[in-house]
Amino acid sequence: MAQKEQWGTRIGVILAVAGSAVGLGNFLRFPGQAASNGGGAFMIPYFISLLILGIPLCWAEWTMGRYAGIRGFHSAPGIFSVICRRRGARYFGTLALLIPLIIYMYYVVIEAWCLSYAIGYLDGSLMPESNPGDYKEYFDAFVGKGADGSLFQPGHRDFLGILIFTFALNFFFIYRGVTKGIEAFCRVAMPLMVVLALIVLVRVLTLGSPLPDQPDRNVIGGLGAMWNPNFSKLTNPQTWLAASGQIFFSLSVGFGVIVNYASYMRRNDDVALSGLTATSMNEFFEVCLGGLITLPAAFIFLGVASQEMGTFDIGFAALPNVFAHMPGGQIFGFLWFFMLFIAAITSSLSMLQPVIAFFEEGLGLKRHAAAAILGLLAAIGSGFVVWFSKDMKALDTLDFWVGTAAIFVLAMVQAIMYGWVFGIERGHKELHEGSHIRVPFALQIMLKYVTPFYLIVIFCAFCYSNVPGYVAAISKNEVAVASIMFILLVATFLFVLVHIAGIRWMKEGKYDFLYQDEEEAIQD
Amino acid sequence: MNTYGWIMMTISVSSVLMLVTFCLVKVLNLPAVEMEEIKGPLEIDTHDTEDAD
Repeated sequence: MAQKEQWGTRIGVILAVAGSAVGLGNFLRFPGQAASNGGGAFMIPYFISLLILGIPLCWAEWTMGRYAGIRGFHSAPGIFSVICRRRGARYFGTLALLIPLIIYMYYVVIEAWCLSYAIGYLDGSLMPESNPGDYKEYFDAFVGKGADGSLFQPGHRDFLGILIFTFALNFFFIYRGVTKGIEAFCRVAMPLMVVLALIVLVRVLTLGSPLPDQPDRNVIGGLGAMWNPNFSKLTNPQTWLAASGQIFFSLSVGFGVIVNYASYMRRNDDVALSGLTATSMNEFFEVCLGGLITLPAAFIFLGVASQEMGTFDIGFAALPNVFAHMPGGQIFGFLWFFMLFIAAITSSLSMLQPVIAFFEEGLGLKRHAAAAILGLLAAIGSGFVVWFSKDMKALDTLDFWVGTAAIFVLAMVQAIMYGWVFGIERGHKELHEGSHIRVPFALQIMLKYVTPFYLIVIFCAFCYSNVPGYVAAISKNEVAVASIMFILLVATFLFVLVHIAGIRWMKEGKYDFLYQDEEEAIQD
Repeated sequence: MNTYGWIMMTISVSSVLMLVTFCLVKVLNLPAVEMEEIKGPLEIDTHDTEDAD
């Protein structure tokens, strides 16, 4: 029997969950969303969403994960069976495997972009002396936006090498396991990220007015571009939708990651304080670092145009322009993109672990076999994304249907499972098992009634404003069709594996807990 | 940046800083997990009472 995996230390699991949540969205997506949706006024719906949606859902996932973990299950299909006390509930777990696996397939490509840019700054090739061209044009050529398959042409092979290295690095840490791989990496990576981000923050806040001919473009003006509130935006539903979406995606709820990570905790390990700490660390990176660095810096050198830029444009076109003009830009450019690379790795590791845990637990595979099969699957997906690079259509389609829509669905499944199947009385008791803080029972009532309702409203609004465009794209673009077929293929494959795992668990007696008292089923 | 901007930035950043500081101070001041575990009663069966009768 495989040795049971557990987190080594309390701070280790907190850093791992926070690392999973902290990613490119904190530094690149949040500032853009805030600036284009009312600036400082955006923070009102943002914090309301954090209180109603983010923190309660995180606590629910932590509670369910630990509850199922001490009963012998670490993968979402098993966890959902334990929570619902029904064998059939495992099929919902397919979604919690599909989401992290598909997101990993394109996220690792973005991760390789960050490392490529970091190397570009290190060797000077991204500085204006050697590359004075337009950074937007450079980025478009770099990611192969021009034509499918262009990244396999000569001139792009360095990127492919970096992608393979990034891919291998992820699997190196995941192969080492929860404690020696993920926890050990996050214990070093998270403090390092704070240091790197603080260095860049100090540099940005001490820029003053670097453009003599445009004295208005200064640090204070940059902060104003990010934080000056436009309260009229609060009457626009789109602002509330953007704020809820940002909280939702930023905290990694509905990814299938937190339930998996929490399942490696011991029976009396605290989940209430740990969950709140991981959430607050994510907010620190997002509001205190992302909110003070990215947009203020971009505004100083690019003006008001920076307020309407998308995530990739801010990160890979606007900021290189900033570093090109900034004194010491080469070293700060390197530190910034290296920090983004580390942030991306802590997130991508968390996407692999739920799937590898399922392969080991559900199919009885040894770690090397599980890693090999997962590596093959992920490589096929990443190859698909890299090949169909024209207009980043494959990446965009996978991100929309899985990285956005499916996450909403899984979060709703989990919220309903927790509030209406698991039960809020039991949830309240479980949350406080070994807890170092008290959480009012009102939170449970909110989790049962308010959170699912709020989620459904956001999901409907999201579908209304986004789905028609993507559905129309299916009929117009063959890569969009291929991407959806790819998602369905992977989902079917995982569904069959979940079915097979259930049969194994029945034969092995792992489902005997269905006929046992709750306490008897504990395997701590 | 106008006055409202300063207010929104200060409130947002300081709220998050207070929350993360509160959580980290509380977590880092807790006893180590291993120490908590050894507080429980020893569960070693020495079999020294088997022949007590």
